[in-house]
Amino acid sequence: MKRPIYMDNAATSWPKPEETLTAMATYAQSVGANPGRSGHSMSVDAGRVIFDTREAAADLFGVINPLRLIFTKNATEALNIAILGLLKPGDHVITSGMEHNSVMRPLKAMEKRGVEVSVIPCSSSGEMNPDDVNRAIMTSTRAIYLTHASNVTGTIMPISEVGTIARDKEIIFCVDAAQTAGVIPINVEEMSVDLLAFTGHKSLFGPQGTGGLYIRDGLEGKISPLTMGGTGSSSESLEHPDFLPDKFESGTPNTIGIAGLGAGIQFIKRTGIEKIRKKEQELTAMLIEGIASIPGATLYGCRDEKRQTAVISFNIEGMSPAEVALALDEEFNIMSRPGLQCAPAAHHTTGTFPGGTVRLSPGYFLEKEDVEKCIVALEALAYRGKEPHS
Amino acid sequence: MTSGNTYLIALFPSTSGALMAEKLFKREGIPHKIIPVPRQISSDCGVCLRFSVSERERAEKTLAGKVDIQDICPL
Repeated sequence: MKRPIYMDNAATSWPKPEETLTAMATYAQSVGANPGRSGHSMSVDAGRVIFDTREAAADLFGVINPLRLIFTKNATEALNIAILGLLKPGDHVITSGMEHNSVMRPLKAMEKRGVEVSVIPCSSSGEMNPDDVNRAIMTSTRAIYLTHASNVTGTIMPISEVGTIARDKEIIFCVDAAQTAGVIPINVEEMSVDLLAFTGHKSLFGPQGTGGLYIRDGLEGKISPLTMGGTGSSSESLEHPDFLPDKFESGTPNTIGIAGLGAGIQFIKRTGIEKIRKKEQELTAMLIEGIASIPGATLYGCRDEKRQTAVISFNIEGMSPAEVALALDEEFNIMSRPGLQCAPAAHHTTGTFPGGTVRLSPGYFLEKEDVEKCIVALEALAYRGKEPHS
Repeated sequence: MTSGNTYLIALFPSTSGALMAEKLFKREGIPHKIIPVPRQISSDCGVCLRFSVSERERAEKTLAGKVDIQDICPL
């Protein structure tokens, strides 16, 4: 079968590096036990697999103590812990107009419970002015929730600038790194990040069902866990433990997934995050230039590969996003994502609500020829879109 | 056991802490073994780190400020 041109890496990266698959198979075949529960050698080996990944992820994000990094099933779960577990009625929080529903929905739910939410408007290309954050701060401001990069336009947010503001005002700063972890360098110390939510199955090259949350020293006491249960620690007690990582990791974890995630992170370290970013920038620049030159195509976002991730949103005149995506798939074997990409708030900002856009997100394993084929396909579709409908 | 108090065990709040300590011991070259927490010490279902009494000072120094230790006691 012809290899598809997979342009949906912002949803889940594909293919995965060979070592991700090998690590998962090795785990299943020769480790396979319940980590850190039983004390026998296979259980301890399973625990080591998780610890190694914890250490690798901590190192990637500049986290000094690996135990401050907890594993979740995805970035959404991590963000829910950081929002539902932290906020109290009367708190004020600040977020941006480019957020994903994984931030907006829990915040909306907290609004009903008495949390005040300020949404900082962004430009139509998705850019935010850090001064606007400063102006929105009130005495009751407890936290700032900000995406590192939009999943609709790829626009990179001014994380360090907002981090400095938050640290100066002693406001908790939570970053959603779903779109950036593994491709844009992150250092929680240098960026003054208190809570970092990440997913494993996108640019970290792990499997689905993996993700995590970094929690700054001392903050774990202010956050309630969303789940409680067995942790393999303090088993004599009916009270849930209050120390990391156990407080937020109850029940048997996705060890096989975490084994794959660890291998994905090692792949990034071996390849070099700069090399991955550079390749993705080249492919992004090609797509931006190619689509911009198609009559009848409209591009959204900042249209600058240096200020965005490998996410390109556009529309073609005379065709709905769903029609474009279907034609790309059926006729050209190109995988894209049409619609609102789970981020209606961001589409309000870019002026593409409710129709949405077609999103292309090339990944490290795509080649320039793939992007060329994609541009040719879009040219053909744009030509078709201009024809009167029969 | 072949002899009396030749071993100590380090107990940690979490299994992850014990595994982190294991890595630090490995890097420092301190002989050790991960074992289930003995029933007479705790009803915990986790693991602890066993090492020689003679390594006590080096062990404590290696872990200080890096991993929370619940207790160090004779096996």
